[in-house]
Order: sequence, then C-alpha cells, then structure tokens
Amino acid sequence: MSEDLTTFSAQQLAAKIKNKDVTASEVTQAHFDRIEKLDKKIESFLYLDKAAALEQAKRVDKKVAKNETLSPLAGVPLALKDVMTQRGVPTTCGSKILENWRPPYDSTVVKRLKENDVIILGKVNMDEFAMGSSTENSAYQKTKNPWDLSRIPGGSSGGSSAAVASFFAPLAIGTDTGGSIRQPAAVCGIVGTKPTYGTVSRYGLIAFASSLDQAGPITRSVMDAALLNEVIAGYDPLDSTSINQSTASLVAAANTKDLKGMKIGVIKELGGEGWQEGVVANFNQSIETLKQLGAEVVEISLPHSLYALAVYYLIAPSEASSNLARFDGMRYGLRVGDNGEKDVEAVMNLTRAQGFGPEVKRRIILGTYALSTGYYDAYYGQAQKVRGLIAEDFKAAFEKVDVLVSPTSPTTAWKLGERVDNPLAMYLADLATLPPSLAGVPAISVPIGLAKEDQMPVGLQIIAPAMQDHKNYQVASAIEAAQGGLLIDQIKDLASLV
Amino acid sequence: MKILEAMEKFDPIIGLETHVELSTNSKMFCGCSTEFGAEPNTQVCPTCLGLPGSLPVPNKTAIESTFRIGLALNCQITEFSRFSRKNYFYPDMPKDFQTSQYDEPFCVNGYLDVLVPTDEGDKTFRVEIERVHLEEDTGKLTHSGGVTGRIHGADYSLVDYNRAGIALVEIVTKPVLGTGKYAGIVARAYVTELRDLLRSLAVSDVRMEEGSLRCDVNLSLHPKGASEWGKRTETKNVNSLRSVEKAVNSEIERQADVLTEGGKVTQETRHFHEDSGTSSSGRSKEEAEDYRYFPEPDLVPVIATSAWVNELKTDLPQAPSVERKRLAQEWGFSDEEMRDVVSMGATDLIAQTVAAGATAQAARKWWLGELARKATEAEKDLSSLGIEPKHISELEQLVVEGKLTDKLARQVLDGLINKEGTPSEIVQKRNLVVMSDDSSLLPAIRAAIEANPEVVAKVKTGKLQALGPILGAVMKETQGKADAGKVRSLVLKELAVEG
Repeated sequence: MSEDLTTFSAQQLAAKIKNKDVTASEVTQAHFDRIEKLDKKIESFLYLDKAAALEQAKRVDKKVAKNETLSPLAGVPLALKDVMTQRGVPTTCGSKILENWRPPYDSTVVKRLKENDVIILGKVNMDEFAMGSSTENSAYQKTKNPWDLSRIPGGSSGGSSAAVASFFAPLAIGTDTGGSIRQPAAVCGIVGTKPTYGTVSRYGLIAFASSLDQAGPITRSVMDAALLNEVIAGYDPLDSTSINQSTASLVAAANTKDLKGMKIGVIKELGGEGWQEGVVANFNQSIETLKQLGAEVVEISLPHSLYALAVYYLIAPSEASSNLARFDGMRYGLRVGDNGEKDVEAVMNLTRAQGFGPEVKRRIILGTYALSTGYYDAYYGQAQKVRGLIAEDFKAAFEKVDVLVSPTSPTTAWKLGERVDNPLAMYLADLATLPPSLAGVPAISVPIGLAKEDQMPVGLQIIAPAMQDHKNYQVASAIEAAQGGLLIDQIKDLASLV
Repeated sequence: MKILEAMEKFDPIIGLETHVELSTNSKMFCGCSTEFGAEPNTQVCPTCLGLPGSLPVPNKTAIESTFRIGLALNCQITEFSRFSRKNYFYPDMPKDFQTSQYDEPFCVNGYLDVLVPTDEGDKTFRVEIERVHLEEDTGKLTHSGGVTGRIHGADYSLVDYNRAGIALVEIVTKPVLGTGKYAGIVARAYVTELRDLLRSLAVSDVRMEEGSLRCDVNLSLHPKGASEWGKRTETKNVNSLRSVEKAVNSEIERQADVLTEGGKVTQETRHFHEDSGTSSSGRSKEEAEDYRYFPEPDLVPVIATSAWVNELKTDLPQAPSVERKRLAQEWGFSDEEMRDVVSMGATDLIAQTVAAGATAQAARKWWLGELARKATEAEKDLSSLGIEPKHISELEQLVVEGKLTDKLARQVLDGLINKEGTPSEIVQKRNLVVMSDDSSLLPAIRAAIEANPEVVAKVKTGKLQALGPILGAVMKETQGKADAGKVRSLVLKELAVEG
C-alpha cells in the first residue's frame, strides 16, 4: 500500500511537492478522499471547495514543473474557519443569519494564503460568531473530537481543530478571541497559536470582539504552526490596528529546541485546586521537562488575572453587541417577515430573532446592557481599567521571565451536551486563555500528554511578551521534541472512525 | 404671536449644530470616490457598505481638515482623541452604528464672532464653539408612496450608499444667550460666517442645497428674568441661510404661543419645511435612543502632536473678517455696503465676478440689486440661484459696450436662471439685440410723436424734460430693445429741437 499522504506534516508535504515526489493535486485529492470517507462522523467541514482547490493545486504543479520559486507551504492543504471571508465562497460564521452569503472579497489572511499557494479545501465549523468553547453553538452541525466521538472538539475553532486532528488537513486557520484557537487545539491534542494582537490582519475576519480577535494557525506540529504563522502575519494597511513591525523568525525559533538560559514563569493563579487532576499532573510533568531542557522555572503571580473572566465577559459582549448590529436583514443574509405589510423595525427584529442562536443573543443582551447610559462606567469603563491592570501584570512579569506557562484549559474535552445548559461552566474553559488575550500578548498551546482519568489530550499554554512570538515557538518546539514524537500520531489510523 | 411681542415676554437661547461634508477625494474610512450625483450604489466597497469582516482606515486629509476648521474657529486641538461608535438601528447606516466622536473630539472650546446690524448700530456677537468633531455620513433614503414622505407609511424605501462614509464634520456651538429679537439674524449671520470660513479653508463645497452644509437649530425660551432655561427643541432639515433665520423666528413664535397659552414645550426633534417656513413635530426626544457610545476598537487613538498642529496652523488662510476688510478697501465699499454684502452671503460671488473682469461696484449692483430681488422672490439664497459669477461679468460687459440695455439685461438674467446658456447665447436665442440704427427706430419714433401732440408742443417750447412719454412709447414699441440715448437724439432731430 502506498503511503497515506494525509499523515505527513505540512513541512514534509511541501518538501515532497517541491522535490516532485508527489504533486499538489495528488496531495489535495488524498485529503478530499479522506474527508469524504470520514467527515460524516466528525462533521468538521461546512463547505468543500473541491473544484477551486484542485484547480489551485494544478497551478502549483505547473509552477513545480517550471521549477519556479515556491513558497514554503506551496501545495499544502488547509481548512479555513468559516469566520474568514473568501471571495465567492459561502461564509456563514456558523450562523443562520449569514446562510448562503458569499462575500465579494477576500480577507487579507485568505489573500496571503492564496499568494503563498496554500490550497484552501473549504470552510470548517465553529461556534456561531465564534462564541463558545465546544462548537455546539454552530447553527449547522455538532463537530466531534476524533479522540472520542462522544466529546466536544473545543471551540470556537472546533471545526479547525477536529479537521487537523482527523488528518483532513495538516493546516487550519482558527481565530482566537478569548482562547478559541488554544483551547480546541489543546483538547484535540494538537498545536494552536494566538499571535500578538495586531500581527495578523483582521481585514475580512468577521468581528466578534474587535479589540481581541486574532487569527492564527492550528496544526499538528510546532514547525507547521510557525510556517503558517509566517505566511499569514504581516503589516496590512487595511487594518488600522495592524502593527507595522516584524517579529524575529518563527521558523528559526521552532528549530532551536534549546532552552538553556531561558527563564520561565509558572502563573500562580492558573492551575491547582478545582482543575482536573490529569491536567495538573501533565502540567507538572511538563515543568520538569522544561527544567531538564535547561530552563530556570520560577513562580510568578498575575494578581489581576483572577478578574479576567469578568472583564472579558463585559468587553467582548459589548463589542459584539455593536459588531453584530449590521446583521439586520437589510443588505445581505437572512431576511424574515418582509411581506409588504411589516415595517422596517419589525423585519429587523424578526430577522435577528430567527437568525441568531441563544448564545449570540445572550451576549448581545449582555453587551447592550453594559454599554447603556448609567451602566457604562460601572461595567464597560471599569472593565477597561482592569484590562489595563491585567496588561500591567504581564508587563511586570516579563521583566522577570522570558515566557509564562499554564495549563491551556482547566479540563480535557467534555462530553457533547454536558455544558450546553450551563453557560458559566462553558465560560470557565477559557480561564487560562483569557488573560493573555486581554493583554494582547502571544500564546501557544502545545500537547503534553493524555490525562490519566479519561485518556484525553492536555495542552500546555506558553505566553510571551508582545512581538516576541518566536519565544513561544522556541519553548513549544523544545517540549514537543522532548516527547519524542507527536501525541496526535497515536490516532493517525483513526481507529475510532473506521 | 409675532416675534417682537414674544421677545417682550421671553428670552431665547439658541444653539446650532452644523454638519459639513468635507470635499476630500475619498471617503472617511475607505478609498471610494465622494463625487456628488453618481448612479446610486456605484461608489461603494466592503468597508462603506459595512460588509462582514470589513474594517475602517481613517482618511488623514479629513482629520487635518477638521483640525484646520478647529484652528480657524479658535479651538483647542485635543492632544489625544478617539473615534467612538454611536449605536442605533437605521437602514441608511450600513453597520447600524456610526463611527463618530463622543467624549474625545478633535477640537474644543472655540468661538466665532459675527457682526449683526441692530437698532443701536452694528454689534458683534460672539458665538462660542463647544466642539468640532469628525464622523461619517449615512446613506440616503428615498421613500416611495405614503403621505408623509417618511419611512413609516411608505410603500417601499430605496437606499443609496454612495453618501455613506463621506467625511462629515460636526460643529456644535455652546448655548448662545442674549440675542433677544436678533436671535434669527445672529443664527443666520453665524452660519453665513461659518460658510465663508469653511470656503476660505477650501475644506468643503459648503453647498446647502446639495446638503454639503446642513444645519440643526436648537432653541428654547424662558420668561425674561427667569434663571432656569426652558425645554429645547431641535429643528432639522434647515437647508438655506434664509431658512436658518426663519426656523429660529418661527420656532420662537411657536414656543411663545405654547407657553403663553399655559402649555409646555415638548423636548423633540422638529422638521423644517422650506416652502411654508414652519416646522412639524418629529420623534420625541423623551423616548430618544441610548446610543451606547464606546471607543471604536477598530481604530487607534489620534495623537495631535504640537509639530503637526503647528504645521497646519502656518498654513491657515486669513480669517474671513480680516479678508473682508481687505476686500472692502480694494473694492471701495463703505462699511455699510460691505456689511450688506456679507449678510447676503455675496462676498465670494462678488469676488468671483470681479475676478472675471467686472468692476466691484457693478458686481455689487447686480448681486445686491436685481439678483437679490430675484432670490427673495424665489425664497432662495443668492448662491442657490445657480448663476455663475463669470456670467454676471459678461453681462455687465455687454451693457458697458452698449449691446444690452438695463431692461434687456434683466431678461438675460431670467435666461441665466433658466440655464439657457451664457449671456451672449441668451442674447442670440431671445433676440435681445439693441436697436440703434435710424431706419429701424424711426417708424416707432414717428408713431410716438404722432400719438403725443401735447408732449411735442411742450418740448418745442424748450421743455426737454417733458420728453418722457415719447421715449417710453418708443421703448414699449421696441420691447425695450432700443438704445435709449439714440432714441432721444433721434426724437430731438425729428422735432428739430436742439438737444
């Protein structure tokens, strides 16, 4: 039997294509074959863009044939979170309100992917408007965790994490507002990066909370994440919050694998009591590994991180309440009740009542309330002040250490349906990922093993100062190498699926 | 109640909010064209349509124009300012929020002095400026069917987003006290002065009729001597300089009636009707929406460094008042003449007419005479008549050259208002050629002499001043086309009288 092209890393596939061992078309087709065979059980893809992807692969093969210079990820397939606009391709944000909407323009991330000849296979599932930690808030389908089909794949980028963990694509784009890349990567046993806020353009990323949203890679290996991060990052004049400054090479950092002289801080407030036993055990084990790799490990307190959850659930819904106002049935997407008799308010109300799911409505109501006259100072205004204090905590910590670490999430993947009726329990999944989001600093989640009690993956979160994303890759690749092989390779054959 | 009677009982407080569309080439937050009059929804992109995922990028020229307006209005330029979102649902707003400024506007605390004729002579009123801020315009709705012309009751509504996202500066005055019966005149003088200032800065077309300058009038009345201010109304849709004055005066009269009859003024938005000069009630402010302002997270704060502001300062044109003094001197106008020119909003029109070749006095004669009369008749501002200053210069030239009589010239003006072409073209089309050759004039002259024997008798006794009826008859017969001087000399010659 010939080797299965879906089991290779992005880096390996790019090399094989470049060396003419395989064609991009063969690679692309192999991934579509696997998706068509197995995704009925995972339900990660919302839309397969087969014709366009194969067409794009052909163009790459022509370039290879002509020995043209190739981008480092040329011909490698990718799953795109359905929050990113792609010209002419349905983009739903996991919501009924955008069903069948085809954007007339490419997001900057998509533009960069296309320019780098990355093959976009299609759009993957997500919590509606990226609100959730289990992808169960999608209006379309429930995506499953390939480690255990009765469990959630994390969220909101659960379609991205499930697709990569199921070997449907070696690369995926996720977006992270409060943990939506890191937590799904952690619970699926793969790698996910939230870059420094402002390094990846938000142009074409359909906004949930503008001051927090950031796109990033979800991959099986740290090197693949570094390669994809370098493709999508860079200054974009179309995004006013884009940073016009480059970071050190991420790929070089992912090759270092050496932690000598590095000082690592363990965040005192994130972990310990109330956190799942297997999560804590694996985390403690990884601290020992870091020490063995030559790092000096100290405990660091981020006192205001205790308030991150409260701050986040005021700021993010406030921005969302405004960002999601435009979905009113007037210009695109769903339109309900326009029977020639109802007035404009009635049509807007009916459209939004029918088009948005309960979690989105909950957050719109929260945000609307927090911004209202008489409440603004007490809620949104106060939250912004505390957000500043959280950022100050990080700044102070980074004067003492190079990077900070914590478990990515307090628990492993829970059972589908388990937290659907308990939004607060759902929100707790982001406890450790929220503080760096609020501070705008980069963070990565890297797999560190399976929890003894449920045999589900656990992630380590590494956090670096703003614009020093390379440090995260350096530490993550060292940990990955120390484990002698990728955790996800344990389910390469997807026994649970076949 | 008439205004003078009202002003014996009440004192008015006025406040003016002026919106100015900046004449930047591209919109406030995207690269779309701002040209007026294009096919609906052709000057749009993902950003100004508010499509999901789109983001704003601020227009630096628009920010600088706002700073320059602030500087010209003697404002402080705020060192750290931000855009904010003003949230409300309306179909003319693509994002259902307007990117505007809230508690951190670009410019604060300025003033504009205006000169107003009063019973005690010319008086300067200082109108204090609260803030100057920058925001984006909305799209334009057209409601079809229904009686009100408003969205409620319409059969359907069309929206044109070409205007959505055009840079809009809002200039808000502080409450203006102590204007008494001059409230309307002060308001009009303020908007006139502001318009001239904006034009001198070359930041806007300031065309009220095209909506590039729009004014909302806030007004309240309180009994004379009372310390507490009354409830205020906001009158929108005031689209000409004349209407500014009318809107203030009619609202003073309306509120005075309400208060005198023991009623209460409702805090509300009112819509001004240009045709009737009155306003009608819009939505009540009591149920006004909560706009839930918060800093726009898609944009970064604007830091006005002193170097930046100073650079803009050195580039400011002279204040219109200083410029006017210079012009009055150059044109040889008295203070009174110049004041009338300013209050009619004719300064630039005269300047352009002079630039096109006419003398200043002739330009003033046409704009403040015949054209002012026609503007009043049509209830329009001078600038809204649609007459190009160069055409007035050309017209004057034709008169000077004897190719037009005053009477014919007035017909040419009608032609100009009807957009029939240039003065020379109108002369041709309407056949307005001066008759000055003997053969064409003599039949009319002889007929007039024959019809007025008693006049002839008087003239023959040497009373030349009695000629009038004969000259009038000739002019009437020739439909005003006759050269008056030529007619006179021919009549005298016919009567064999020495002139």
